Amino acid sequence: MSGYEGLWGYLVLVMVGFLPSDVWRLLGVLVGRGIDEESELLVWVRAVATAVLAGVIAKIAFFPPGSLAAIPLSVRLMAISCGFVAFLLVRRSVFAGLVVGETVLMAGGFWLTR
Amino acid sequence: MKVRPSAFAGLHASIAGRLIAPRCALWNRSDMSSDAAPDIPLPSPLSAFFAGLRAAFLSVFVMVLIGTYIGIGALAHDYGFSLSWVMASTVLVWAGPAQVIMISALGTGATAFETALAVGLSGVRFMPMVVALLPLIRGPKTRTRDLLMPAHFTAASMWVESFRLLPSVPRERRVAYSNGLGIGFMLSAHIGCVIGYYATASLPPLLTAAMLFLTPMSFLVSTARNARALADRLALALGLMICPLLVYAGVGLDLLWTGLIAGTVAYGIHRLRGARQ
Repeated sequence: MSGYEGLWGYLVLVMVGFLPSDVWRLLGVLVGRGIDEESELLVWVRAVATAVLAGVIAKIAFFPPGSLAAIPLSVRLMAISCGFVAFLLVRRSVFAGLVVGETVLMAGGFWLTR
Repeated sequence: MKVRPSAFAGLHASIAGRLIAPRCALWNRSDMSSDAAPDIPLPSPLSAFFAGLRAAFLSVFVMVLIGTYIGIGALAHDYGFSLSWVMASTVLVWAGPAQVIMISALGTGATAFETALAVGLSGVRFMPMVVALLPLIRGPKTRTRDLLMPAHFTAASMWVESFRLLPSVPRERRVAYSNGLGIGFMLSAHIGCVIGYYATASLPPLLTAAMLFLTPMSFLVSTARNARALADRLALALGLMICPLLVYAGVGLDLLWTGLIAGTVAYGIHRLRGARQ
């Protein structure tokens, strides 16, 4: 089928999945070992981590994988904006943001792609 | 018929108290890093582990992870990977976006080297995430090797929920609690993965699109919920704006540059405001 079966498949998984991900986590443990919880450096590190997460969000919204790409960009941006507004309006509720965002995405996708 | 209102009210109050108390503690907390007044009594590491496990299944991220991994299970099935291989990838990689990249790259015939590079680039974010999270998890007597499991469990879900939940956990129990939280999230991902793998034929494309949309939507609102400090809010807003521009401009390593530029500008503004006050 995919050519990634048996022991070979798991070896590939370790080489291309596990090691490239966990080398960064391990580096984080080694680098973070000496940093004090109250230090200013940590404020910067957290800002960088938050910005990278923001980058992941924007990248999936603008350049989506798989079947999400079939939903027009305007609908994706409208859905994520509505979800965010709902989150702000409903006591900063993550659940409200998810429900509204997903509903707008599916409704928009249904009307525009049928 | 006679109802005992006092017993009922008591039960109701205790449930409401459990559900609302952690959130109130969060709202009233001014400093993210303060560990004042841990309010959960956890006599042993095992009890802390199960408290973390329970917290995972009470978190909104259980739904997010089940949904996201329904999408990943379906994707893996479409590309002909075995279920055990995808589940192993969840244990070993433990990052939704990276698994999507890996499965679609290998599935469309990319070389192992190209795939490893793409996964490695998307994993850069774990380094600042782990650096920022570990000081909250470790105590004065924590050994470095005890931090390896919490570091491996670090992904967006665990990261945002740890900042919310850990301050009310006694410091010496935080490693065990984090491991429980991580295992709980991983179990919910496996549940979604199995559902997606076997239901893929009956899933309409609109629904799998909605599953894939869970990642950006949940990352956005949960990161915004945790971003109380000015630096974090600015980093989030700037990152959202800068990253698409870098990608459209064809700049390589876009996520890395987004983090460094937006994070540093946000931190700079935070410093300038601090200096003025």
